[in-house]
Amino acid sequence: MKQLLTGNEAIARGTYEAGIRFAAAYPGTPSTEILENIAKYKDDIVAEWAPNEKVALESVIGYSIAGGRAIASMKQVGMNVAADPLFSFAYTGSNGGVVIITADEPGIHSSQTEQDNRYYAKMAKVPMLEPSDSQQAKDMVVEGIRLSEEFNTPVMIRLTTRVCHSKGIVNCCEREEVKRKDYKRDIWQYTTMPAVSRKLRVELVERLRKLQEASNASEFNTIEWNDKKIGVVASGIGYEYAKDTFGDSVSYLRLGFTYPVPMVKIKEFASQVDMLYVIEETEPYLEEHIRAAGIACEGKNKLPEIGELSAGILKKAFLDIDSEKLEVEESKLVPRPPMLCAGCSHRGVFYELGKRKDVFISGDIGCYGLGALPPLSAMDTCICMGESVSGAHGVAKAFEEYNVDMHSVSVIGDSTFFHSGMTSLLDVVYNNSNTTTIILDNRITGMTGHQDHPGTGYTAQGSNAKEADIERIVRALGVEHVRTINPLQLNDMKESLDWALSIDVPSVIIARWPCALKKMSPIDLDEFGTRNYQYSIIKDKCIGCQKCIKTGCPALRFDESNKKASIEPTMCVGCSVCAQVCPVDAIVKASL
Amino acid sequence: MKKTKSILIVGVGGQGTILASKMLTLGLMEKGYDVKMSEIHGMSQRGGSVSAHIKYGDKVNSPVIGLGEADVLISFEQMETYRWLKYVSPNGKVVTNSFKLPSAPILSGIVEYPEGLIEEIKSKADTTVIDAMDIVNRLNTPRSMNMVMLGALISVAKLNDINWKGIMESLMHEKYIDINMKALHIGMEQIG
Repeated sequence: MKQLLTGNEAIARGTYEAGIRFAAAYPGTPSTEILENIAKYKDDIVAEWAPNEKVALESVIGYSIAGGRAIASMKQVGMNVAADPLFSFAYTGSNGGVVIITADEPGIHSSQTEQDNRYYAKMAKVPMLEPSDSQQAKDMVVEGIRLSEEFNTPVMIRLTTRVCHSKGIVNCCEREEVKRKDYKRDIWQYTTMPAVSRKLRVELVERLRKLQEASNASEFNTIEWNDKKIGVVASGIGYEYAKDTFGDSVSYLRLGFTYPVPMVKIKEFASQVDMLYVIEETEPYLEEHIRAAGIACEGKNKLPEIGELSAGILKKAFLDIDSEKLEVEESKLVPRPPMLCAGCSHRGVFYELGKRKDVFISGDIGCYGLGALPPLSAMDTCICMGESVSGAHGVAKAFEEYNVDMHSVSVIGDSTFFHSGMTSLLDVVYNNSNTTTIILDNRITGMTGHQDHPGTGYTAQGSNAKEADIERIVRALGVEHVRTINPLQLNDMKESLDWALSIDVPSVIIARWPCALKKMSPIDLDEFGTRNYQYSIIKDKCIGCQKCIKTGCPALRFDESNKKASIEPTMCVGCSVCAQVCPVDAIVKASL
Repeated sequence: MKKTKSILIVGVGGQGTILASKMLTLGLMEKGYDVKMSEIHGMSQRGGSVSAHIKYGDKVNSPVIGLGEADVLISFEQMETYRWLKYVSPNGKVVTNSFKLPSAPILSGIVEYPEGLIEEIKSKADTTVIDAMDIVNRLNTPRSMNMVMLGALISVAKLNDINWKGIMESLMHEKYIDINMKALHIGMEQIG
């Protein structure tokens, strides 16, 4: 059966075919759709959103050691969070087969870094596979599980954005059902106490030696002989770009099993060609190994180490061919940066916060990161998941130490709070800093396309779940000054900020209103109700002051010719923020 | 081996470019081509640029369309047409919606929506301009703008002999089929 699948969908299909029964992940572009698609196999696979990637991988580890096959998936920076269990797991080894997906993001379309996670495989000493298309992505999950159980090791599969999000034709197969593997207590295998780890360390080295043989013999590392003047070594999507660039005019060593690096195969290939080209994203991971083996090659001396590759870049670098293209005046173009949606509940928070002159605002990862951009311009930093709260603690301590007359405020989303904000808030209380933490509870994990989390009341597969109560958690961590408000009521938002910034002990404002794009769950409808109205601007009353425009809502338009604002009816969801800021009450409710 | 063909579909998040691309790729697969499609949709819902790259032929390798490679550019929004024009082959065809959707800097009043883009696009490439917003307003189905554009694409790429209704039925609720098929046919008629 042939299907058109993205790399992510293919990973999910491979998960089904490989007889995996447990999957855990945290949303993150470009990996999110992996768990979303695995979750569709409700009858065969338990698929869970974990609070963060460390927890996801740890639950997979538990499942594996108990004897079942499991998969964890994450984006590249998510592996930074899951790194601790990853390294230990390589030592204990797996029982039931495990594959761990890292979806890297060359080009930084939506991440903080461009890190090349292939180095994790090398550092953690786990075997790694790199697919170049959807068919390989599926096949590698199946083969990955087989390798995992043959060598008792987790297997890493590394995808990049173009493999994750590109659709290609895939041959699909039947699911393999397997029994649970036996488990018996063995502290010399599964407890990483120093004496045990020293033993496991030695075994790890021996395992790698055997994996080296498997890599050299792997069906994913294949030579295509054509003219032998030039030999192209390529992995991942780099192989596809190389094929489009060189066609059949060069020979290829297509690498899909890339840790341990198949040096025997590479040497066999290199010895029969005159010159070697190495094509890979992003870092010279393979190239470094090849050069260390004393093999001359061209790679990052010709290709960029930053950003995505493309056939066009390869053509220019190796063939000196410039694609003929149409000339445009770049200066005519206006950028189209993403913005907070019409009706976004974060708008109220940043509108009020942005008015304050004396605040250092530590932001975090999510849609609310857009609060940094004009016209709201209400953010100083955004570092990584959860840093907002702990960073604000540090900022407050610096202000205190150096007598700086400014306030330290942090802004963190609900999902991010569960991910790694709770431990940060604990630090604020325990080590006592004068910070205000604003938790943006929009009832969903938003930026990645709406996934449930421990606070929404539903699981990844649609079952009811206990709702983790943010206000009670905050109080239990020891914060005494807590308020929950509707951020779209600007007066309440303003008053809460006045209150929080006037006291010099830790305070938390929970800004609670659902994401404007969210399909309201029964729980949501119960708490928040529905709106069957919009807003419109009375032209005659509008004085053209543009205060509404400065809220940054994409539904608002300003006509320069008659100096009047208007609201786009296909976009307005009736949040009323613009109506609240209008100084002449020109914005009124209108029925849909 | 026949040359692989490339179609670039671009627009603004929320305009329905992804659904149109999905329909196109399913249609091409049904016709027996090897097909790959790439999309960047990370920030699209928040009003950012969206692009879908569709390549089809005997065997497709890279799923990404490079500069000067696209045989056809279909754009749902004027400025996006201009933004992606450098991806069009000098022999390629452009089908653009005349619709304007101002971006954040324009809405904030920092800059103005650029003037004269359509004229410039016409002077550089073989261009058909469609007022898709007007068409769907007259049909009273403002959310079918993407189907009008897809219809035009089908005509330009000469893919009329695919069962588009069947594909639509596999992707959306039955109650939307008639409206969208109507919009699709009007789009197809826009290309002479």
